[in-house]
Amino acid sequence: MNNDKLVIAGHEFDSRFILGSGKYSMNLIEAAVKDAGAQIITLAVRRANTKERESILDFIPEGVTLLPNTSGARDASEAVRIARLARELGCGNFVKIEIMRDSKYLLPDNYETIKATEILANEGFVVMPYMYPDLNVARDLVNAGAATIMPLAAPIGSNKGLAAKEFIEILINEIDLPIIVDAGIGRPSQACEAMEMGAAAVMANTALATAGDLTMMASAFKQAIEAGRKAYLSGLGRVLGRGASASDPLTGFLRD
Amino acid sequence: MENKQENDFYVDSDKLSEKALAKKHMLENDPSSRKSHMEYLEGMEQIKSDILEKVISEMDSYDYSKYTARDVKRALDHDKCSIEDLKAFLSPAAEPFLEEMAKKAQIQTRMHFGNTVYIFTPLYIANYCENYCVYCGFNCYNQIHRMKLNMEQIEHEMKVIADSGMEEILILTGESRNMSSVEYIGEACKLARKYFRMVGLEIYPLNTDEYRYLHECGADYVTVFQETYDSDKYETLHLMGHKRVWPYRFEAQERALMGGMRGVACAALLGLSDFRKDALATALHAYYLQRKYPHAEMSLSCPRLRPIINNDKINPLDVHEKQLCQILCAYRLFLPYAGITVSSRESETFRNGIVKFAATKVSAGVSTGIGDHESKYTGSEKSEEAGDEQFEINDSRSFDKMYTDMSSEGLQPVLNDYLYL
Repeated sequence: MNNDKLVIAGHEFDSRFILGSGKYSMNLIEAAVKDAGAQIITLAVRRANTKERESILDFIPEGVTLLPNTSGARDASEAVRIARLARELGCGNFVKIEIMRDSKYLLPDNYETIKATEILANEGFVVMPYMYPDLNVARDLVNAGAATIMPLAAPIGSNKGLAAKEFIEILINEIDLPIIVDAGIGRPSQACEAMEMGAAAVMANTALATAGDLTMMASAFKQAIEAGRKAYLSGLGRVLGRGASASDPLTGFLRD
Repeated sequence: MENKQENDFYVDSDKLSEKALAKKHMLENDPSSRKSHMEYLEGMEQIKSDILEKVISEMDSYDYSKYTARDVKRALDHDKCSIEDLKAFLSPAAEPFLEEMAKKAQIQTRMHFGNTVYIFTPLYIANYCENYCVYCGFNCYNQIHRMKLNMEQIEHEMKVIADSGMEEILILTGESRNMSSVEYIGEACKLARKYFRMVGLEIYPLNTDEYRYLHECGADYVTVFQETYDSDKYETLHLMGHKRVWPYRFEAQERALMGGMRGVACAALLGLSDFRKDALATALHAYYLQRKYPHAEMSLSCPRLRPIINNDKINPLDVHEKQLCQILCAYRLFLPYAGITVSSRESETFRNGIVKFAATKVSAGVSTGIGDHESKYTGSEKSEEAGDEQFEINDSRSFDKMYTDMSSEGLQPVLNDYLYL
């Protein structure tokens, strides 16, 4: 278990919880790092690009990897520009691609995401694309140079949990990159379930941001993610169907 | 019972010439002397759109008296708010359910916006106006001190505002193409890009190519108040000028989006007409725009009528704070993803309360006058050069005070959440 690291493009992380950026407050960042143990924190470049008195950049503790995202981008070229700006701002090489052409549900545009992934991977970015869970697109993203695949579990901010479970499971089975479940995770139990399935990490934001007690919810997520990961690594026990397991083997009649 | 209370908008200045007074009185008293408010004037672009028809047919058929407590309860039980639910929420039957609506609205607001509240300020750069809109302080017959800032003055105002900490600005003018040309506004946008992260416009409606030009100059958000969606009522309030053309105004947001603007805002000026119908139309206007332009960022404002210079009796009639709150909850439940701005027309107490469950944006450090930010911010003597205000504001909190107050309400003030791309 101690050697169980999340590896993204050669970078190792102990924590499998990533803080999203949708809603933010300085308290949220603090709780995510201290109580949820987050080592990766997403940062919306459009918010970081500010002269604000409380710049979010000032609140990121040392040792935490910044994951700037391209929210606000409506197509690949805008995402590329935001990623480059993030690098100029000193946010490092990681970038989470978010491209939305829909202001209501904020669903990612898979087609534009593939295009941006290719361009940015070629420029040396560690590209983590947020996507709608589609196996063909995931494969294209792998070929385009993505470092992870980040399928949404449910509409962002919805707290609906693993609505896209079956499709995420397919990605986990078929794609060799880490699959990080992003968006829609509303409860620690859902995060746990994603990890049991074999997700490499879970990203959450709203679930913490809107909790009654931020600190306690952050630690609940930490424990849930760790529990789910342990369950996955230990190999889940048999899930019995209705009735007990037959005492006589079904294949006992076979002779040679 | 019908509300017979009405505002008395007509005020005659003794400085108007006899000829001007005669024309003013004719416009006021003889509807046949006014130009058609439904016909586009020369130079006004006509686009193909079915949004107007959709909004107005819903509004015309809206009989809010038929909704009952049962309809409201059913709407409260729904996960998604349908147009029927919206109509129930805006009806008188919903008034006893205000607290339940607010609680439900709070969940939606927090889900979509977290605990953030955006802060911005308006900057009026000119108050010349060629229209006679009877309720407005800038109307061409109102004797006020007119002014148009030059670029040096605009830059000075912007510096003063930016120094206060503000990162988002909304540039406003009176509606006069002659005095505040598109190029003039464009130059102001270019200056604003130097001092602010986010630039919005609240100016007279333009054609698509003009919006594109202003977008290239640095603006990305366009606010147009329809004032009232009841075109017959509109006709009796906007007696002269380009603004009188009601459908051209209605389509402004769509032209702005076609011109490349990222977001638009809709609003009715509450207190002019039947506020329930106007609120319904405002929400549907944004709703149908979003369906047609899914990438666009939508927001709503909810201005209520305020007193103006030379007419301190103007008021929002039957739209009291409770009704305004009901409207805002209905907006939030129907359009959970839309930004909702509550301006300094409203009191400090109201704004502190409403940001907790429905509104997402407030103005601060507001002046609706021209060229007086330094005097208002520093308390220095007001220059004689300053132009008069459009209306009286209610909440005069400075940026610093607003920032502190919002923080102490448990909210995270956000000054910018935007990149010009």
